[in-house]
Amino acid sequence: MPTDLEKQVQNLQDQLNQLKSTQAKDQISIIVFSGDLDKILASMIIATGARAMDIEVKMFFTFWGTTMLRDKNKTVKGKDFMSKMFGFMLPKGSSQLKLSKLNMSGMGTAMLKGLMKKKNVASLEEMIKTAGELGVHINICQMSMDLMGFKKEEMIDYPNLTYCGVGTYLSDAGESRIQLFI
Amino acid sequence: MTIEELKALKSDKVVDARGTACPGPLLAAKKAVADIQPGQIMEVLSSDEGTKNDIPKWCKKMNYEFYGSIDEDGIYRLFLKK
Repeated sequence: MPTDLEKQVQNLQDQLNQLKSTQAKDQISIIVFSGDLDKILASMIIATGARAMDIEVKMFFTFWGTTMLRDKNKTVKGKDFMSKMFGFMLPKGSSQLKLSKLNMSGMGTAMLKGLMKKKNVASLEEMIKTAGELGVHINICQMSMDLMGFKKEEMIDYPNLTYCGVGTYLSDAGESRIQLFI
Repeated sequence: MTIEELKALKSDKVVDARGTACPGPLLAAKKAVADIQPGQIMEVLSSDEGTKNDIPKWCKKMNYEFYGSIDEDGIYRLFLKK
């Protein structure tokens, strides 16, 4: 019965290939929803640490998280009134983020930044730079950008930056072994 | 490995990550390990106590052999083979 056996082997081979294609990759997918300094710090430490462990990293910045990716030195013209207001009220980039707790009108945030410096914890700006060098992928939710009236021209220069939607996130998350929502 | 054996080891590369905080030592180790060949020995210096537990996990993940660590007054010397 060699043909029968061949068929069985072929069948097994097909099943194996199918299993392989659906198996999770050595990849982490992080949704960064929060725009709080502390939470974003945590997400960036995990992202850079993962790269050190040779894990692929896909970060999906949405809602308040997108504010971290604004460049404080860039200004864009031609925004409507609401977009201007939102742009004015929300933090303009990583340096303007606040703590989720103990902010105390900025005093707590300043104290934490001082402590980080003293204890040699890399600043958020340094971490973003490192993440770029290590190949951390940053995806930005296009809908959040539109909603808050942010334009691509005002976002930071980052090597692996893509504007996308929930489809990209779901696809990335589906093939990731680790998923986080921060 | 015993402390004596570790002390007698000849490292092909020493990474000084003292003074950096998490994930600094890991990133430093990752960068430095690219400079050595499989079979060579690397030593990581860290002042961050968490590194003592992180580097063995990192070695396991990267398939490197972790030899052990020595504590020297708050400085941790960690040895591994690529």
